[in-house]
Amino acid sequence: MTTTIETATGQAQSMVLNMGPQHPSTHGVLRVILELDGETVIKAKPIIGYLHTGIEKSCESKTYSQAITLTDRIDYLAPLSNNLAYCLAVEKLIGVEIPKRAQYIRVLLTELTRIASHLVWLGTHAIDLGAMSVFLYCFREREELMKLFEYVSGQRMMTSYFRVGGLALEPPPGWTDRIRRVITALPGHVDDYEDLLTENKIWIGRTKGVGIISAADAIAMGASGPMLRGSGVAYDIRKAFPYSSYDEFDFQVMTQTAGDCYARYLVRVAEIRESIKIVRQALERNLVDGPFRASLPGIIPPSREEMKTSIEGLIYHFKIFTEGFAPPAGEVYSVIESPRGELGVFVASDGSNKPYRVKFRTPSFVNLQSLPKLCEGRLIADVVACIGTTDIVLGEVDR
Amino acid sequence: MRKLGEWDSRAIAEVIEFRGETTVVVLREHLRRVAEYLATEEAISFPFLSDITPVDRFPLEPRFELNYHLLSIERRERLRLRVWLPGADPVIASVTPVWPTANWHEREGFDLFGIRFEGHPDLTRIVMPDEWEGYPLRKDYPVEGYR
Repeated sequence: MTTTIETATGQAQSMVLNMGPQHPSTHGVLRVILELDGETVIKAKPIIGYLHTGIEKSCESKTYSQAITLTDRIDYLAPLSNNLAYCLAVEKLIGVEIPKRAQYIRVLLTELTRIASHLVWLGTHAIDLGAMSVFLYCFREREELMKLFEYVSGQRMMTSYFRVGGLALEPPPGWTDRIRRVITALPGHVDDYEDLLTENKIWIGRTKGVGIISAADAIAMGASGPMLRGSGVAYDIRKAFPYSSYDEFDFQVMTQTAGDCYARYLVRVAEIRESIKIVRQALERNLVDGPFRASLPGIIPPSREEMKTSIEGLIYHFKIFTEGFAPPAGEVYSVIESPRGELGVFVASDGSNKPYRVKFRTPSFVNLQSLPKLCEGRLIADVVACIGTTDIVLGEVDR
Repeated sequence: MRKLGEWDSRAIAEVIEFRGETTVVVLREHLRRVAEYLATEEAISFPFLSDITPVDRFPLEPRFELNYHLLSIERRERLRLRVWLPGADPVIASVTPVWPTANWHEREGFDLFGIRFEGHPDLTRIVMPDEWEGYPLRKDYPVEGYR
């Protein structure tokens, strides 16, 4: 399909090119329809929905606890962040505060998730732009983090480790030492990536000045996370609306003002370092003694010990795992800072044991909306950089 | 909140407080005006629209509930606007001209709930195929099997 357009040298034909839905740089199945004038993008239109699995619909026919397993599958690069967002929403609905120890473990593990997610982003973004070795290094380190998740929760990816009221199970012995070992080596690795990229002429050429979005535009388009911080807006939900005791940790909100791909790269790399800082602080807290679940009979499962020794414990255990629990009727909207930005969960309860409606406000879905703004007027090769820099996870876009 | 009430008390049907969240129920014919006011009015502006969540209350009437989650980054404040739509005629003014980010949220509401947003620049299906029949997230749409 072609249309006639006006160019600097007179009339010409534009060309419509279909990119995707299967394209290595789209990180899943994203389709972008590009209208081109030579190599310049006049118009870009993202087409989504290829991974739509109706997670929100499925949640409505599951009990509150069963729905947690579905949240893992929304953003498969940061399953623990999704678990956390959903659990916080349900806990808000019930009105329960969970023990400090469980909160710190949640912070620790979600920050590790953020590092793992940013590593995948950095690796794939780099390979899209031709830097093969960074990809291999990033995945090497990510694997170490995956092993930690497997050790703590029993699963590499679909962890479902956070439950309403706390954690699924007591972490295994020696888990903090393992995390400490991995986290000690990590800053050196991040230095390596920066050595390979930050002052690399080709890297700068491909990312600097590419895909610029102003702060005002980013806010108007609802962009959040590193997309927004790369444009100079210091908005981080961990600081603005602290949850899970984030206000007790000392870290900085990383911003850059340029608003281009390079700025977002710098923001994310700096965030890896900040997350390492938070993990270190969390490791100094009490992570070993005390309950890992709140106590709320009939809603939050009793401990194994209690279940085996008291009749009430046994009854509650049975009831919670067969018919679930029923929070009061009402609606809540709870947000967390996922690796990609503002991850909001809206839960409406009608007072039964199944959520009446669950909505995931996923950052990828909203951030992808600004893709045309990023790449219109640029070369077709920059589209690849722009898709990479929005850090989308298609599972999260389509749900 | 008070300022919004003083500005136009006719537009607001109810204010709900639940778990520390404020919900302002707005009459549907006033939504667009309220949105414009809240997006721009100094000192109480909410320039960031987080999300639009439709809820189907079938078989109750009015059937559809639309929740607009607003955010002010500067004041660290959130507000929810709620509009009720009747099942027979689920039409509402689009807020895309006010908050450009509403574009895809409204397309999703159209796609999954069949709510029509008047004045939307491109109201087409977004996650379901274009030729799909029915609106999957409505309560009378089955979770499994054929319709």
